[in-house]
Amino acid sequence: MLTLHTFLVYSMIQTDICIVGAGPVGLFAVFEAGLLKMRCHLVDALPQVGGQLSEIYPKKPIYDIPGYPEILAGDLITNLMKQIEPFKPTFTLGERVDSFVRNDDGTIIVTTNEGTTISSKVLVIAAGLGCFEPRKPEVKDLEKFEGKGISYMILDPEKYRGKRVVLAGGGDSALDWAIHLSEICGELSLVHRSETFRGAPDSAAKVFELAKKGKLNLILNSNVTAVSGNGHLESVTITNNQQENTQLFVDNFIPLFGLTPKLGPIAEWGLNIDKNSIVVNVEDYSTNIPAVYAIGDINTYPGKLKLILCGFHEAALMAQSAFRYVYPDQKLSFKYTTVNGVNAF
Amino acid sequence: MKDLIEVTIIDKDGTSNTLQIPTGISLSLMEVLKGEGYPILATCGGMALCATCHVQVIKGYEKLHQPEDQEWAMLDTLPNYTPQSRLSCQLKIDETMDGMEFRVMGEDNV
Ligand SMILES: Cc1cc2nc3c(=O)[nH]c(=O)nc-3n(C[C@H](O)[C@H](O)[C@H](O)COP(=O)(O)OP(=O)(O)OC[C@H]3O[C@@H](n4cnc5c(N)ncnc54)[C@H](O)[C@@H]3O)c2cc1C
Ligand code: FES
Repeated sequence: MLTLHTFLVYSMIQTDICIVGAGPVGLFAVFEAGLLKMRCHLVDALPQVGGQLSEIYPKKPIYDIPGYPEILAGDLITNLMKQIEPFKPTFTLGERVDSFVRNDDGTIIVTTNEGTTISSKVLVIAAGLGCFEPRKPEVKDLEKFEGKGISYMILDPEKYRGKRVVLAGGGDSALDWAIHLSEICGELSLVHRSETFRGAPDSAAKVFELAKKGKLNLILNSNVTAVSGNGHLESVTITNNQQENTQLFVDNFIPLFGLTPKLGPIAEWGLNIDKNSIVVNVEDYSTNIPAVYAIGDINTYPGKLKLILCGFHEAALMAQSAFRYVYPDQKLSFKYTTVNGVNAF
Repeated sequence: MKDLIEVTIIDKDGTSNTLQIPTGISLSLMEVLKGEGYPILATCGGMALCATCHVQVIKGYEKLHQPEDQEWAMLDTLPNYTPQSRLSCQLKIDETMDGMEFRVMGEDNV
C-alpha cells in the first residue's frame, strides 16, 4: 500500500540543485553546474524564464555582455536557454517558492505556493530584486476571491475557454491579452479608466476593431470598484466617471496592472539580510546557511555591482563550491570547456 | 538663472520635506529621490519601463512637459494612477521645478 509518506516522496521533484529564480543568473548557473555533472531544477514566479530581461526590457539592447557588442535582452535569454539545453534543466514556472526545510540527511525540501515540493542537496537563490508580483487595484475583498475567479497573471489561456471574463488595465499586457482572449472567451470585457490607450497605439487600434466587431466589450472611462460572490467570484461592479454603477456577472476577473519585484518570503528564511539583499561570502557566494547560496542581484558584498556579468561570475564560483554537497566523496578537478567539451546529460 | 531650487516631497506616510537641489547637476527627480533615501526601487534605472518611480504632482503639474509615449504606456498600467501622475525618472531637474510639490507613489521591493 502507498502510504502518505511514500506518496509525498514519489511526487516530489528530485534534483541536485534547486534554483530559486530563472533570470539570466539562475539560467547560467545551470550551465556551470552541468559542467560538474550536477542537475538543476528552477522555480520562478513568472510564467516565463528570463527574469527582469523578459519581464521589463526584452526588446532593449544590452552593451556590456562580454563578446557581444550588442545583444537584445530577449535574445540573451534565448541563447542562455540554448546553452543550458544539454544539461536538461527542469522548470516549475508561475509558482513562488515560499519556504524550505532541511531533513536529517541534509537534503533541502523547497515548497511553492501551489504546494509543489522539490528535494535537492543544494539551494541556490538567484531571486534578483525579488519575486515579480502583480500590482493590485484597491478593491475590497479582492484577496477573498484570489484563485476563486480572480487572478493577476494568465498562465494557461485555455482555462478561460467559453468563460465570461473581465480584464482591467490599459498597458501593453492588458491589450495583448484582450486581443488573444477575444478568440477564446465566451464573453470578454476590457475595463480601462480613460478613453484612450496612449502607450500602445497598434494594439489599441486592434482592440477598438475587435470591439466594433462585437468580439469584446470595451468599457472605457471606468474602473472595477467591487467584487462579489459566494465562495467563487460571481460578479464585478463597474463604476464610470459619472459615478454610475453597473453590475456584470462573470466567471473571472483579471486585473493586469503590471508586475513589480517584492522580496517576499525570502526575508523569512533566516538568512543574513542587509538592505533587502542577502549577505554572502565572496569566496563562493555561500550564505550563513550551509548548502544555501545566493547569486546575482539578490546578494550583497563589499563592491557588489548589480550586473548580469557579475552574476555569471558568481554562478561559476558557486558551482565549484556546491560540488562538495552533491558529490561529497569525489575530488573536483578544474577543466576548461575547450579541453573537456560540454558533455550532455 | 537660479543655482538652487526648492522642491517639496511628501512621503508615503504623509511627511513633507523641502529639498534644496542644485540645478546644474543634470539629474532626474528619480535620481534625487533615490539619493535622498526615499523608498522607491527604480528597477529600470530611469528608462520609463518599471513605473516604480511614480509620483503625483501636487503643485505645478502644468509647468512640466507632456509625457512621451513610453511614459504614457507605463502610466496606463498603474492601478493608483491619478491625472497628476508622472514618472519621476522622466523629469529633469531644472529651474522650472522651483516651488513644485510631489507625492511619492512608487514602490520599493519590500
Ligand atoms: C531596464 C533595465 C536595464 C538593464 N540593463 C542592464 C545592462 O545593460 N547590463 C547589465 O549587466 N544589467 C542590466 N540590468 C540589470 C540586470 O537585468 C540584472 O542584473 C539581472 O536581471 C539580474 O539577474 P538575476 O538572474 O540575478 O535576477 P532577475 O533577472 O531579477 O531574476 C530573478 C527571478 O527570480 C524570481 N524570484 C524571486 N523570488 C522568487 C521566489 N520566492 N519564488 C520564485 N521565483 C522568485 C523572479 O520572479 C525573477 O524572475 C538592467 C535592468 C533593467 C531593469
Ligand atoms: S525608474 Fe523605472 S520607470 Fe522610472
